[in-house]
Amino acid sequence: MKSSEILTCFQCGTCTGSCPSGRYTSLNVRRIVKDSVKKDISGEPDLWMCTTCYNCQERCPRSIKVTDAILQLRSEAVKKGRILPAHRKVCRFLIKTGHAIPIDDVHSAIRKKIGLGAPETVHKYPEALKEVKKILKSTGFDELVK
Amino acid sequence: MKELSLFLGCLIPNRYPGIEKATKLVLDRLGIKWSELKEASCCPAPGVFRSFDKITWLTVASRNLALAEEKDTDILTICNGCFSSLMDANNILKNDAVLRDEVNSHLKKIGKEYTGTVEVRHIIDFLYKDIGAHKVRNAIEKPLEVRAAVHYGCHLLKPTKDRKLGGAECPVFFDELVEATGAVSVPYEGKTSCCGAGGGVRSAMLETSLKMTEYKLERMKKAGVDCIVDACPFCHLQYDGGQVELAKAGKTYNLPVIHYSQFLGLAFGYTPEEVGLHLNAIVSPGFEEKIASIQKGNKLLE
Repeated sequence: MKSSEILTCFQCGTCTGSCPSGRYTSLNVRRIVKDSVKKDISGEPDLWMCTTCYNCQERCPRSIKVTDAILQLRSEAVKKGRILPAHRKVCRFLIKTGHAIPIDDVHSAIRKKIGLGAPETVHKYPEALKEVKKILKSTGFDELVK
Repeated sequence: MKELSLFLGCLIPNRYPGIEKATKLVLDRLGIKWSELKEASCCPAPGVFRSFDKITWLTVASRNLALAEEKDTDILTICNGCFSSLMDANNILKNDAVLRDEVNSHLKKIGKEYTGTVEVRHIIDFLYKDIGAHKVRNAIEKPLEVRAAVHYGCHLLKPTKDRKLGGAECPVFFDELVEATGAVSVPYEGKTSCCGAGGGVRSAMLETSLKMTEYKLERMKKAGVDCIVDACPFCHLQYDGGQVELAKAGKTYNLPVIHYSQFLGLAFGYTPEEVGLHLNAIVSPGFEEKIASIQKGNKLLE
């Protein structure tokens, strides 16, 4: 990843020390930042262990937008077709229903029971759902995650 | 200030509708003018979609923003993820004409346009800045004498330069709103640490995400709290559903998880059922008895 901002990193490790995921996983943000300027790391599974909590970005003494960089590295991975099965499923939900987490029968019944009707979202308005589908097609998202 | 359109998102209407109901009850009780943001979709969720394709993320978000622009209302979110996606997309598009043109080229196909004329709020940010903790305190009918572990959630606070709610290391605004209900916000280690759900980690690596949840739950429990108060349905799911998942490994906490809308509802005298606490995975009869006792006006025995 070419970024003049990332080149200012002096490898202090504040990012890694602040990472809640890194406590338990192999995610090492300092290493990701270092390697990202030298080589293609879009295949690294660690990229997907970040919860995007922004601790690293907030605390970086060089004000490097570390979390945003991880997001960018992820999108490079996606362009190469590296998508985790669970994430592909979430994408399909969005394409099909307009929601990452669509309603199900159990929760429809619960809504009714507590006096709420169908949610006032694309779930209730089919024309609105068509709009969402249309823009997802227009941006090429449906092809990207196929 | 514009009136508010309530943005539901996915998790609240589709998994925790009690939070939706409680939000509507408390907004009405506080006399806040609001209406539904009809026809809205997923924000779309920052963790997965923002990672996947920035233009798609911006375009779907801008359609939601354009719905509010058509009504000339600001957006009120009740989820940190929705707040993050919609506020960040709004900021990016307001300041980047090239991206704005690109997004509008897609929106044009559905007869919409993003113009950048509305603001995105979170219920906590709105109650704190526009209503004020003192006014919330004055509206309380049943002071909740409970000990709460407040969980802000990452995207309510960060990036701080965009959220403009102060620093992220020792924030106090949410605690003030919680304490306005009569509750005590109990300090605990790792208070601003992540619940573990975000960034698509919960969906793809449940076990990893639960390690972060366990870190939090251990420390909340150690601090001797009666409940967790959150501001986001994804953190809510992670703590509530997460306790069920952790119980399978023999780790039990039995901490009721309560969104601030529900918590405020209790302090207004709505029953636990009216604010949807019974729809949580973790139902604590002890906590509900405590609330019932407070609402009946009985002084609890120390």
